Amino acid sequence: MPISAAAVPTVPFLVSLAVRPLPLGPLQPLLAGFMAAVTRRHPRIFERLGPHAGKRFGLDPTDLPLAFVLAPDPACPRAVAVRELPAGLDARIAGPLAGLVGQLDGSYDGDALFFSRDIVVEGDMEAVLALRNALDDAQIDVARLAAAALGPFGAFAEPVLRGALRAVRTDDRVARRDG
Amino acid sequence: MELVCPAGTPAALEVAVDAGADAVYCGFRDETNARNFPGLNFSREEMAAGIAYAHQRGARVLVAINTFPRAGALALWHRAVDDAVAAGADALILADAGLLAYAAEYHPHQRLHVSVQAAAANPDAIGFYVEAFGVKRVVLPRVLTVPEVAAITRAVPCETEVFVFGGLCVMAEGRCSLSSYATGQSPNMHGVCSPASHVAYREARGRLVSRLGNFTINAFAKGESAAYPTLCKGRFATRDGAGYLFEEPVSLDAAALLPGLAAAGVTALKIEGRQRGRAYIEGVVRAFRKALAALAAGRPIEGAGLGALTEGQSTTTGAYRKVWR
Repeated sequence: MPISAAAVPTVPFLVSLAVRPLPLGPLQPLLAGFMAAVTRRHPRIFERLGPHAGKRFGLDPTDLPLAFVLAPDPACPRAVAVRELPAGLDARIAGPLAGLVGQLDGSYDGDALFFSRDIVVEGDMEAVLALRNALDDAQIDVARLAAAALGPFGAFAEPVLRGALRAVRTDDRVARRDG
Repeated sequence: MELVCPAGTPAALEVAVDAGADAVYCGFRDETNARNFPGLNFSREEMAAGIAYAHQRGARVLVAINTFPRAGALALWHRAVDDAVAAGADALILADAGLLAYAAEYHPHQRLHVSVQAAAANPDAIGFYVEAFGVKRVVLPRVLTVPEVAAITRAVPCETEVFVFGGLCVMAEGRCSLSSYATGQSPNMHGVCSPASHVAYREARGRLVSRLGNFTINAFAKGESAAYPTLCKGRFATRDGAGYLFEEPVSLDAAALLPGLAAAGVTALKIEGRQRGRAYIEGVVRAFRKALAALAAGRPIEGAGLGALTEGQSTTTGAYRKVWR
């Protein structure tokens, strides 16, 4: 302690710029693999979502030139990468990539990110809360599941992904753990 | 003093225990507890597993069944009491006198605590709960000064527990009707203060407007810390200008008051926040474990330094140091 009040770090602008021209198509099988791994390893998420599992969420990393539409229907959970979020979504959660991912692995508290204005939530607040609480309970190891989505290359990719995620976290997480 | 920590999910319970909680409080996934939020709380199986996890590591689990049963629906609350006892709960935290009577009659060996929702704030009221239902502890409302806590603790024949961190309810707890007025649902009957189903946020040009039902609760300027959409911490326009009528959006942090609370004879310190994520639970529990270690070693205690996790990103010692009513 003390926990830093520093803002959530953002993806460097040059990295974001470099990603902009890349096609989203190749991302799709990786997202499908990630969702399949989440479904397999964390079935309790869907139970916690309850009636909100049938809703569509927009996840908008504001420091990247893309967004994701998440449809956590247990029968066919899907995540799709898009350039811009479509209209008609039930809810939108926007903020730096580190803040969004950090809520999955327990590095960040969703309410604290809301209080600090690092994330913005809009739409169906019941659905947002259900998703947030279900994911927090799941203790998702993002690097491991993303690596699993890469198939035979996953074993090599996992340490790289883990390092990349570590790089985008703030010092306050370290302070919390050391406290 | 015992450190009592919140858990809204099984993962949060494990984090709280691992971070050093002496006891964890949690509730079932329904309207029998005062944090009945979407995606939160425990199924019967999760409760039994959570209690086993805590017991294996020397921690206790207190099950909050602290809403007031509705007429015609008593069975839901009775079943929650029966199931919590069957799961091996170390204590039940209850607010309703009828439910306390039920628990005392049908589970006479079960340890009972009076919830803060009962708003038991004087020795006579607390003495009644002890005499009538055999309760072992009362959770005191967040409207008392430290000297008042000391006076009550000296006068009552049971343990006292006080809040030391987290969301600050400034109303007579269990009797506040603000949420019910705005939405038809309340923490007292439905387990939800400012239910998410009635909350809306709108952000435009950096300005965040929060609404609850038909009421605008607040409008935060660009860069200004945000807060929960509760009427008691709303910012309202009056003839005298815009401002906070009841309480500003701040969180309680009584870490610096631990020596006074220890001297007052308080048995347990409670952290608010069953609706919060694992990062909050871990950070706050570790901070207060450290503060208690400093207290035991006779070292000075500083503020918990948890401002980044708090509502409004600001802390207060609340009524503990307040002189007005």
